[in-house]
Amino acid sequence: MDTEPQFFETNPKAGVVGQPLDRVEGRDKVTGKAKYSAEFNALPGLVHAVLKTSDVAKGRITGFDTSAALKQPGVLAILTHQNLPKLAKTPNDAEGKKAIGAPMGFMPLTSDQIHYAGQPVAIVVADTLERAQYAAALLKVQVAAEKPLASYEDPRAELFDPTKVQDGKTPAHTVRGNAQAAFAAAPLQLTHKYTHAINHHNPMEPGATTAHWEAPDRLTVYDATQGVTRTQKALSTMLGLPTEQVRVVTKFIGGGFGCKGSSWPHTILTVQAAKAVGRPVKLSLTRPQMFTGMGHREDQTQTLKVGATQDGKLTALIHEKTSTTSPWDNYAEPNSKIINMLYACENFESSYQLARANVMTSTFTRAPGEAPGSFAIECSLDDLAYQIGIDPIEIRLRNYAEKDPSTGQPWSSKSLKQCYARGAELFGWSKRNPKAGATRDGRLLVGWGMATASYPVHNSQGTARARLYADGHAVVQAGATDLGTGTYTVMTQVAADALGLPMDKVRFELGDTRLPTAPNSGGSVAAGTVSSSVYMAVQDVWQKLIKVAVLDKKSPLYRAKPADVEVKQGRLQLKGNPQKGEEFGALMKRAEMTDVEGNGQGRYGSGYEDAQAAANADPTKKDEAAHHSMHSFGAHFCEVKVDPELGTVRVTRWVSVHGAGRILNAKTARSQIIGGSIFGIGAALMEGTVRDPNYARYTNASLADYHIPVNADIPDMTVEFVEEHDPYINAMGVKGIGEISMVGVSAAVANAVFHATGKRIRSLPITPDKVLETKAVQV
Amino acid sequence: MPHDFTPDPAAQPPGSAPNDGSRRTFMKQAGGILGLALAPPLISQAERLTAFSKTVAGVAAMQLKVNGTVRTIQAEPRVTLLDALRENLDLTGTKKGCDHGQCGACTVLVDGRRVNSCLTLAVMNQNKEITTIEGLGQGEELHPMQQAFLKHDGFQCGYCTPGQIMSGVACVQEGHAKTDDQAREWMSGNLCRCGAYPNIVAAVREVAQRK
Repeated sequence: MDTEPQFFETNPKAGVVGQPLDRVEGRDKVTGKAKYSAEFNALPGLVHAVLKTSDVAKGRITGFDTSAALKQPGVLAILTHQNLPKLAKTPNDAEGKKAIGAPMGFMPLTSDQIHYAGQPVAIVVADTLERAQYAAALLKVQVAAEKPLASYEDPRAELFDPTKVQDGKTPAHTVRGNAQAAFAAAPLQLTHKYTHAINHHNPMEPGATTAHWEAPDRLTVYDATQGVTRTQKALSTMLGLPTEQVRVVTKFIGGGFGCKGSSWPHTILTVQAAKAVGRPVKLSLTRPQMFTGMGHREDQTQTLKVGATQDGKLTALIHEKTSTTSPWDNYAEPNSKIINMLYACENFESSYQLARANVMTSTFTRAPGEAPGSFAIECSLDDLAYQIGIDPIEIRLRNYAEKDPSTGQPWSSKSLKQCYARGAELFGWSKRNPKAGATRDGRLLVGWGMATASYPVHNSQGTARARLYADGHAVVQAGATDLGTGTYTVMTQVAADALGLPMDKVRFELGDTRLPTAPNSGGSVAAGTVSSSVYMAVQDVWQKLIKVAVLDKKSPLYRAKPADVEVKQGRLQLKGNPQKGEEFGALMKRAEMTDVEGNGQGRYGSGYEDAQAAANADPTKKDEAAHHSMHSFGAHFCEVKVDPELGTVRVTRWVSVHGAGRILNAKTARSQIIGGSIFGIGAALMEGTVRDPNYARYTNASLADYHIPVNADIPDMTVEFVEEHDPYINAMGVKGIGEISMVGVSAAVANAVFHATGKRIRSLPITPDKVLETKAVQV
Repeated sequence: MPHDFTPDPAAQPPGSAPNDGSRRTFMKQAGGILGLALAPPLISQAERLTAFSKTVAGVAAMQLKVNGTVRTIQAEPRVTLLDALRENLDLTGTKKGCDHGQCGACTVLVDGRRVNSCLTLAVMNQNKEITTIEGLGQGEELHPMQQAFLKHDGFQCGYCTPGQIMSGVACVQEGHAKTDDQAREWMSGNLCRCGAYPNIVAAVREVAQRK
């Protein structure tokens, strides 16, 4: 256990932390002043680039006809694999991929090979956007096309055992106990297949990059990225430049959801284009290019075998996942992790199978693994409840895990029982008619469903800097990203409380590699890691001032032991005698200090509880390297109304209750839970990208054809948090809520559809055709 | 885009039917060219665009009255109102989410009506009153809709927000925010991937009820 100070100790009564305050950056957003990555128009000589992408999914480029395109006015360059200067390193081999941190082991425009539809084959630069677009349309690409393979479902697909998935972070085989024997002996046996459509993140801001070479070896890139540091590393490695000579800036980003968590080809291509034309270049992916430019959630089938006793206690879980991956990488979301830890069960086994196809590499999509994994386990738990005739909450309580079944570790904290109870109360669950298909509202069938949510506190660390001025204001910095999750706001709150200053005296800056390094905003780590970094940086400020005070003859704290001095609301005072002390401003003015700067490292997850064990752990074991298993938990409750003639499903009520450690801002946290639930409702009811089985091209790569929820799809929603105090996870006690908001959502919807109709639909999205075609079961 | 298919008279200010900068009028005017363009696969994409640009090529001066100020830009006729705002006038508050009228992020007011600025050409919007998010407030004072979005946290990442706010202003003016359900329906042309919908409804309804 760490000896670092913790927020609850130094700030037993939080001031603004936790308060439902308006966003500090909100004014910039509602007035249009917030600048996103394609909006730096003031750069001198800025020109536009567009990508020309391949229509065929497999083949070889045999030539280009650039004559018509180059004749167009304003066209500055047409760059292809034939004339683009070579990169110092590419991800085309395993060593390069690792060094770059690339999401995909293939870089377009480094050869004549075409591996997937939508692959960039040229980048066209012109003085205006329209001219670049038109020239790209005139550019003719000659291709020797071959028959592509579209997915693991193609009869020609070859399934293989990847040994590890997710870039080596997850083993493809996990065995605990003897699941096969336990399943065979189980009085109750369920075996079900669950399929999940391809999902695309579709943030409202498309991928966008503005690249500005300020000198032949110095570069600033404004990029829509969830992590400026990761992008800086990727770009500098590919270019062969010292890291610090590539500056990456992301002050505002229009959503990410995982697809902006890695550096994709368009970013380096824009950088190369800027070099080629000797002017700043900006590029935005088009919406169709967003379907083939920044990854996706892969198409997948899960088979889940559940063995249980007659009273519903789990005895065996066997999970198999089969999914599509790219020609180069072994990527699959780690679905099995949540199935391994969610309920008490002594016997578990999981395995992954992949098939290569002509698609780009899939990538993390909000709650990667946990979202589709929870769909399988939470629907099967519901089935089990119906089979033995008990309430869906009761089946979950009977299998409640008092410690982490996957590791045997005690939980750092777990409020799941309270989440069930409070959620049921808010929802009115006790009034539920247990019989499926028996509740009506006029001609509509009404269903109530629920599901458990959980997400791990991953191992992560980052740094921050705090500069406190003698006149009582402060600037606090970390190279973090605000995806819209509230980072600007909550970090200002944390800094204000830690410094004992009002909010309007603190400015928090982020999104720049010139600031102290922070982790990617992803995996729900940002809130906990960055807030802890900020808090620790402020503690460093106080330690420096305490040293000044105890040496200052005019200070009431002169000759006190530094360890005996505490800081409360910006006042340095003796722990045993709070009367004896002074405000930091008085001390600093006497010492002729205009400001004092502190640095802090925030650690999150196992790295907080046991830094060295986490650092030394195998990549697949980092999260469990310490003594506790660290997760947030929650429960979603959903009401649907189903039209029995049309098969349409509408979500009409929603309740989410979560225990996720300290909540830094009740307003932005509620928004994040609502948003994640809506993301999950989209996956449950409407989202799915369709890859043509013959051409391996997406048939619905637009926002008209790929349906995400609109306002009319969403009812008012109720969100609550269970108060949790967890001293093991980080200095702030924050677990993070970006992903858990989505985990279990599709299952809650599917369980509600089952309750409404008696139809168990195990294929997402639950579209009207499936509702009409599926037969109701008698329960 | 409710106004593209709705017969509701409340959405149609009198006299706005012809030449109103909507897609309908554009289709009528450009019928010949588009008729040709809509006949694939007999001709290639490039040839279609060539046919189009032969008719309308060339940089020319155009005047756009944006947020009460007339500004002159040099641009080709194929420049959309959205790109003219963002690229020529550096009014980047109006966002590009899809460039195809599918997401609403580019919503501005043209003569008081909400319009997807990606679906109309700048050249067609001369002599009209264009209002963007930058011109909604009075100086430092926010428009009530902007205040309501702040108060109800009607956004997360902020990228759809200018479009939502412009749409919300028009929605209230049209009288389409009289109930929560009506506001949901008439705000459904503006996508929000962060999922701020319940908060957006709260903001729009609050402004509607204040009126």
